[in-house]
Formats: sequence, structure tokens, C-alpha cells
Amino acid sequence: MMGIQLFNELGSIFRNTPTYALVLETLLLITVIALLLHKRGGRGLSKEQQESLIEQYEPEPLVADTDPDHPLLRTRLVESRVGKRIVVNGHNCLNLGSHNYLGLLEDDEILEEACKCLRKYGVGSCGPRGFYGTMDVHLELEDRLAKFMGLEEAIVYSYGFSTVASAIPAYAKRGDIIFVDEAVNFAIQKGLDASRSTIVFFKHNDVQDLERSLQQQEKRDQQNPKKAQKTRRFLVVEGIYMNTGKLCPLPELVELRKKYKLRLFLDETISFGTLGQTGRGITEHFNVNRDEIDLISASMEGSMATIGGFCVGSHFIAEHQRLSGLGYIFSASLPPMLTQAAISALDRFEREPQIFSQLQERSRQVHTQFKLFTKLKLGGDELSPVKHLYLAEDRESFEVESKLLSQVSDKCIERGVAVVEAAYLRNREHKPIRPSLRIVVNRLLTDNDIRETFDIIEAVSIAEL
Amino acid sequence: MGNVDDDGATFQQSYVKCSNGTVKTSTPISNGHIPNQHLSKSWRDVQQPQQQKEPQDDHEEELQQLLLNKQLKFSAPAYTEIRTRSGGLNFKGVSESSYHPAKQAEANGYVSQTGSSCDKFKPSRADGVLSAEQEHYQKTSFEDVPLYTACLTYLGFYLLMILGYINQLLFVPKVATEKGREGYVALYDAFESFYSRYVYRRVRDCWNRPICSVPGDELVLKDRVTDDYGWSFRFTGTETRCLNLGSYNYLGFAAATGPCADDSENRARQKGLAYCSPRSELGNTQLHIDLERLTARYCGVEDAIVFGMGFATNALNLPSLLGPDCLVVSDEKNHASIILGLRLSGATTRVFKHNSMRDLERVLRNGICYGNPKKGGKPWDKIMILVEGIFSMEGSIVRLPEIIALKKKYKAYLYLDEAHSIGSMGPTGRGVVEYFGADPKDVDILMGTFTKSFGSAGGYIAGSKKLIDFLRTNSHAHCYAGSISPPIVQQIYTSMSIIMGEDNTDTGRQKVQQLARNTRYFRRRLAQMGVITYGHEDSPVVPMLVYLFSKIGAVIRTLTTRHIAVVGAGFPATPIMEGRIRFCLSAAHTKEQLDYALDVIDDVSENLGLKYSRKPRDPHPIEY
Repeated sequence: MMGIQLFNELGSIFRNTPTYALVLETLLLITVIALLLHKRGGRGLSKEQQESLIEQYEPEPLVADTDPDHPLLRTRLVESRVGKRIVVNGHNCLNLGSHNYLGLLEDDEILEEACKCLRKYGVGSCGPRGFYGTMDVHLELEDRLAKFMGLEEAIVYSYGFSTVASAIPAYAKRGDIIFVDEAVNFAIQKGLDASRSTIVFFKHNDVQDLERSLQQQEKRDQQNPKKAQKTRRFLVVEGIYMNTGKLCPLPELVELRKKYKLRLFLDETISFGTLGQTGRGITEHFNVNRDEIDLISASMEGSMATIGGFCVGSHFIAEHQRLSGLGYIFSASLPPMLTQAAISALDRFEREPQIFSQLQERSRQVHTQFKLFTKLKLGGDELSPVKHLYLAEDRESFEVESKLLSQVSDKCIERGVAVVEAAYLRNREHKPIRPSLRIVVNRLLTDNDIRETFDIIEAVSIAEL
Repeated sequence: MGNVDDDGATFQQSYVKCSNGTVKTSTPISNGHIPNQHLSKSWRDVQQPQQQKEPQDDHEEELQQLLLNKQLKFSAPAYTEIRTRSGGLNFKGVSESSYHPAKQAEANGYVSQTGSSCDKFKPSRADGVLSAEQEHYQKTSFEDVPLYTACLTYLGFYLLMILGYINQLLFVPKVATEKGREGYVALYDAFESFYSRYVYRRVRDCWNRPICSVPGDELVLKDRVTDDYGWSFRFTGTETRCLNLGSYNYLGFAAATGPCADDSENRARQKGLAYCSPRSELGNTQLHIDLERLTARYCGVEDAIVFGMGFATNALNLPSLLGPDCLVVSDEKNHASIILGLRLSGATTRVFKHNSMRDLERVLRNGICYGNPKKGGKPWDKIMILVEGIFSMEGSIVRLPEIIALKKKYKAYLYLDEAHSIGSMGPTGRGVVEYFGADPKDVDILMGTFTKSFGSAGGYIAGSKKLIDFLRTNSHAHCYAGSISPPIVQQIYTSMSIIMGEDNTDTGRQKVQQLARNTRYFRRRLAQMGVITYGHEDSPVVPMLVYLFSKIGAVIRTLTTRHIAVVGAGFPATPIMEGRIRFCLSAAHTKEQLDYALDVIDDVSENLGLKYSRKPRDPHPIEY
């Protein structure tokens, strides 16, 4: 019964439809089917054509030839335990190249505790944090770091480079806008790439330039308020810039953050454990409340003299990385003995807060002394333990400068001072960086050391340049 | 029995400790229903071996009895319809000899690994139907989910979501609100934060469990409880000793004693804990160079380069190798680090179905024939096939011989990520390349990690000298990231020398064989039980399908109360429907430990209804 009724219904629909409509609809149907079939068939290359294309296809070689004289191929050989002194290529040198600001690398107490930890947990953790790679030392370190910084939550990564590179894309996604200082280090640049957000660079440490681009963005937002409501805005800066040795103007940046409702991410890779009365970084130095900063990240491969990195922030923000920080979830956790070394380093930070002012004093001394080079120009802040020595006069190209500087570096090492040229992948940096010798100040340097170093570098640079 | 690890406390010793006094078995977190009598009964089972002189036979008799019963139950076979996920395949160009599992090696010891296998592998089109390749198929199982379970899984998932939404409407705790950022654009995507707070939180206790021991054959869990339904945890101060089926300790090199730990400690005392500098500045030492040479020798290629983190090895080197004009053909189940590396490289990525050679060939063909659509069909600069040796969530093994044949046919490059397979596959532990008897030089880029089989941290890339020189001058990690810490390098060096037999013992070979044996035994017993496992018979990663989201939690919690630590994976790490428990086997496990685990798993899967499989079951006892 139902079937017949339905048939009649359909029949009546057909009868009541005008002919032109039927014709049109039939044509439409045919077009749709034709389109569908066409798509499925591809762009009609016959089997033979395909075979000949495959036959003809010649790919480029997997990698280009490498220049055998490339500076990165002939790296220096370190032959001793690293500390204030270092044996490089057989020369016993004073070390101004390793990022061992506080001299904790040669601390035997830390080493002892790390070895004890090795005897409890073994070397590797054999699993990511989620899958039984969380040892109690990791939790203790996170707890201690959060307390040390006076924030709610810390999260430890197993590699310094991956820390900030994973933290940024955990929050910033496609469609968001990130305002970034143009001198940021390579790890941050990779984090920006991974986020796929719109990146707006502003001139190095130039707050006016940043404000200008923020105002431009504000205008754009007014034109499209709907989109603006969904666009997250981030500001990413470094405490002390690895590539220039300069401090960021944090108080001004915090003002802009409030005014334009940005979220401020601060990379304290160098400034953590070096700035401030008690080593709590650039926030302490400028006396900025740490709640004003949304996320602080730092590597532990500097002042803490171990491996890895961490992020600290409010629970609301930092906790998120435990589910979306790629380098956190998908990587094996930090080997427990290195975690213990970080805990022991924190112990030292808390027990002997005078080490920070000692380091700052040394940085100042080095700064005043190193300003006096005749052939080299010092860059960086006087408080920063990382400084750059550029050629005083510009040469025709960065390659030439780089070559000259590595000659200087080699000669310095031969004469007992380990200074190295900062290594960059020139073609991959966002913006070409001027070659420099990167000077790293160690807390344990004496007045005499600084003077001697100065004399040697001065003599070598005059001879070579 | 056969436990070659120095630190490995044998089964009896360790569980005696547990049963004497320190029975803190019932973790308060568990809410899976565990019949208490069962628990105590199984404990008696476990304790039996140390009380009697010949418990083995008793046990086996019991087992046979059990199996007999089961067979009776299954007198009418229920295997009318068994489907595998991907259809059959008629790929021509792979010779039989390219499929050789590890079993031969047990008989005749060291198998020559490089060079000689070259002539064995000649793609010949004359071959008809390939039995060897079908053998691989047979060993790889991806049994389809029963329709009923699939429906239940979706229903269960949506129920969880609905409950979550109600929960979100009614109770928003303080932690879920941001302070001091009023008027800002919300930081998180609404669904993402909803999911992690109201769905994942219900089973949050099953992950990130803190341990306080070596992650060896056993581990010690730090007990924790939650007073607020998973928002936060507090420690009870007690500890639970568990059999470890969760860590990637394939060869059992995670140890606090023994040659690796001794060497590492010495090295740390001699060279300190770090260099605080990248390799390119002041972080390059003889030890790093030696490790690179050893790795190259281990992989049978010209040169290698090592990095401090396995994840970063993929993520930071793929961008140097690929550019925007390259096409990458990537397996759909590839690891997140590869996906991130591809994203950073800017190359065009096309995904092929997991381990499906037919789909791979289709993608390659299309890639060559139609070129780069963004540049009007201009041919791609390079085409690279990206696969893993063992897929960590699927437990399947890459079909390397076919991929090598395809790669040659279509002139593509091959990047093989051996994160899980290096050390754990092949007669002497050289990974899937050796397992298939392939020539390592046919794989353009061999990548692997030191985290798993070597019990350390870091990763490597091995290949031709030209490739490695290029990476030394272009790799992000080599230029900017910190150099590997001396004790970590030493652990890799020592464990690798042991695997290679360069310490003049056969400890390494024994370990590799023990793992292969454990793997076969464990997988077969699981199949016999009737649970669905994924992957290849020889892969030490064993995912057991439980499908339902809530069952993941139930299994992990129940197994913890029975002193077994396992890993679960659910959405979003797997498709919604395919919640799973993953076991990672280790050479440190003894037969007794595995038997104990299997008995408990049998019991638990009976209780929780995990025996989904409709395949015929082997009625005979499985030999170890």
C-alpha cells in the first residue's frame, strides 16, 4: 500500500512540474555527475604517459655538496673538564666561551649529588613524562623552580633548545599574531615557525617601533572587530639577548602589554640566575611583578650548568604545556642525574645568593676593560654576562668579517684564551647577524685574569686585523 | 631464568619483598571493580614458586587445564569473518629473501649485516605471488573492531562528553579561570580546554605517574591520591612496586649498577656534567667523535652525527634537508617529532595509509606525474619517503623491502626513523634494516634515538659522508643546541659496544635474543587469550585494544593494584575508537615475570570484557 501511495505521490510531483524545470534539473544532474566523475578520473594521463614521466623524472641530489673548508666542519676539540680553564686543541686556556656563568660546572658537590642520583635511577629515564618517565626528582625540580620564582607551576623540558621552541606553539596557533624582537635567538625563531601565526618583527629593543606596529594592528582590528575578538596577541622577548647581549626594556614592555592586551612571553635563557640580587632574573632586576609576565622560559644549560630547560608561570598557563608542549609530551624526560644537578644548583642559588652580585661585578669589570680594544668594538649591556666583540671597522661582507674573527679566535686559543666566534647558520636566520666573538663572563675570573685576557686579545687583534 | 641484566632482581626475590609486610596493594585511586578474592588468589599463585621446589610443572598443568576449558568453550568456532584493515597487495619486486625475521639468527649466531645482502635484494618483476610478503602480512595483525564494540565506544565517548558539558555548566573550579587578564582574548581553544578538563581529567591519574626507582624490569610507583576528582593529587607517602611493562627499556640497559652505570659515573667525574656550549663552539670532544664513529659502524654506513635529544633530532634536522619545493610522502602514523619537523621545513606533505604499499605507490605516482601544483605542475626537487621502523602506537613494522623497491623505482629518498627499532630488532640489534637483511646504504637517512634501547638520551642520524657533512654545517641542533652531557654519551657508548659484542662477551647478543623471545611468547599468549593486539609478531611494542575510553582507565588502575605498570593511549593520541593499552617488552623481563603478567592480564580482560578477538585461538600451550 505504502509503496503504491509513494509512487503516486512522485508521479503527481512530476506531472505538476513545468517541463522547462524538468529539463533544467536533468541538465543540472548530468553536470553534477559529470563533474564528480571527472574529478575521480584525474587529469587524464594515460598509463604510458605516466610511465614515461616517471622514467624522465630526475630528482635533485639529497643534499648539496659541502665546502670542505666550511667553518662548522673544523670544530675545536675540548680535551678537559670544562670550568674556568679549558683545554682546547691542546692549549690550556682561560675559558671565555662556555656559558658557565656562575662556575657551577666545576662544583664537586653538585657532581657528587648527581652521581648519587645516577646510582639510584640509572642514566636514562627510558620514557616520556607521561609514560613512567616522571621521577620524583623531576617533580622536586619543578616544585623548587616554581617556589624559587614565586610562581604557581614550573614544567621541565629535556633540552634547552626545545623549551621555548615548544612553549610558543603550545599557545600561539594559526591566525594569532606574535610581536617579536628581531634579534631573538634561533630557538624562538623555530617556535614562531612552528606556531604558524602571523609574525610581526619590531626593531631590536625599540619600544617605539613596537608601539607603532601595535597601533597599526589596532587600526586593522577596528576594521574587522569580529576577527579581532578571536585573535590572540603575543609578545615574545628575551631577558638578555643571546645574539646581542643587551637587556630588554621590560618595564616599558609590560606597560605596552597592559595597554594592548598582549600576552608576554619572556625567554630568560641568559638572564635567569645571572640578573637580580638573588638571581631571579630580569624581573627582579627591574623589580617587575612576575604575575605581569604570562610565561617565563629558560634553559638550564647556562647558569645552572646542566642540560634541559623549564617554563614557569601561573598554573592556568604552564599546566597547558603538559598536554600540548610537543617537546614535553613526546620526548623522553630529562635524565635524572642531570635533573638532580639542577636541583643542587638551585640549592646553591638559595644558599649563596652572593654569587649573583659577584657575577654582576665581574661582568661590569669585563665591560669596562673590554671597551678599550682598539680594533674591536664591544656590544652588549654592562650587566650581561654575555657580550659580543665586533670588528671596529666594517668590512665588505659578513663572510670576510667572520673569517677574520675566526683567525683571531684561533690565535687567542693558541695564546691561552678561549674565545670563540658565535656560531650561526647564516642562511637560516631570519635576519643576517653580524659576526662577533661571543664573550662569556665567568664568576670565578679574577682581576688579573681579566687584564691578562684583555692584553692577549688586544695583541692578537692588532696583529691579525 | 635467562635474566641477563646485572641489576635485575629475580622475580622471586622482588615479589617476596612485596608480600612481606609492604603490601600496599590497593591504591585508593582505582575504581575499577576488582574482585578481592581474585587478588589474593593470584598472589598465592605468585608466591608458590618460591615455596615449592617444582612449581613450574604445576603451573603449566594449570595452564593446560585452563586452555582445555577454553577450547571447549570455543568448540563452535566464532571466526566466520575476519577482516584485516588493508586489502591484499600484489607488489612485484620483492624477493623472498628480503623477509627474514630474527628467528634464523638464533640458530647460527652472527649474521653478516652489511654489503653481502645487496645481491640478495634485487627487484625482479618476474616474481609471481610472494609468499614472503604474505608472511609479513600474516604476522601483522590489525583485526577490525566488532561492530557492537564500535557502537559502544562511540556511545561511551559521547556520554563522557555530555557529562563533561553538564559538569562544566555546573562546577567551574578556580584553577580553570585566569587571573589578572580580564578583557583578553581567551588563551585556549574552547574544545581543547573542555576536553582536557572534563574528559581527560577523569583518567588523569593513569598518566604522568611518578616513579622513584630505575625504570628497569620493575619500577616503584609513588602512590598518590586525589581528593578533588582528579584536579590535583597528593602523595600518600607509600610506594608500590610494579612489574614494568611501560618503559622503553627494550634491552634492559636502564640500570643503576653494571658496566654502563660504572662507566657513566667515571666519565662524569672525569669530564663533568655538561659543556654549556653547542658542539659548534666549545662542546665538541673526542668522546662525541668516537660515539659518532661507533654509531656509523653500528649502522653499517659511512658517518653519523649525534644530538642531545631524540625529539629534536627529527624536528631540527628535517628542515635542513627539505625545502618548500620538496614532496614528502609520510606514513599516517608517524611520530609527532616528524610531523613537527615537516611543518618547520615548509615542504609539501602527503600522507599515505599506514603501512599500505599500494597507497604509497599511488601517492608517489601522483607526485611525479602531476608535480608541484603550487608551481603549475613543475617537477618536485626531491621526493622523500618518511617512515618509522616500528610504529610506537601501532606496534607494526615497516615493510622495508617493498619501500626500498618503491623508492628505487620512483627515485625517491628514504628517511627511516628507527627510534623504537634500533637495538630491539634484527639478530644483532641493528634495527629493521638488519631484520629484513636490507643494505643500510639503500636507506638514505637512518635516524634513531638513544633513549630507548640504549637507556640514555639523545638521537643520531647516520648515512653517507656527504649527508652527514651537510648536516654538520646545516643542522639546527648541531649549531645552536647544547652538546650532549659526558655521562649520557658514555652510557650510549658502553651500551652500544656491549650490543656489538665489543666488550668481548655475548651479553649484548643474549639481550637481543631474550627480547625477541619475550616478544614472541608474550604476543602469542595474548593472542591465545583472545584479546586484540595490533602489529607485527616480532615487534616488542604490543598494543592491546580496549576500545572504550573508560576501559583504558579501568585496565591501568586494575593492573596497578595487581602490581603491573602499563601505559594507555586514547583519543587524541589514537583515533576515538581505538583506545589501547600498550605493553613494551624488555630483555630484562624473565619468563616468570611475563607469566605473572599474562595471568593477571587474562584475569583482568575476562573481568572487563576485553576478549574481543574472533580469530581462532591456538589450543596448544605456547612454548617460550
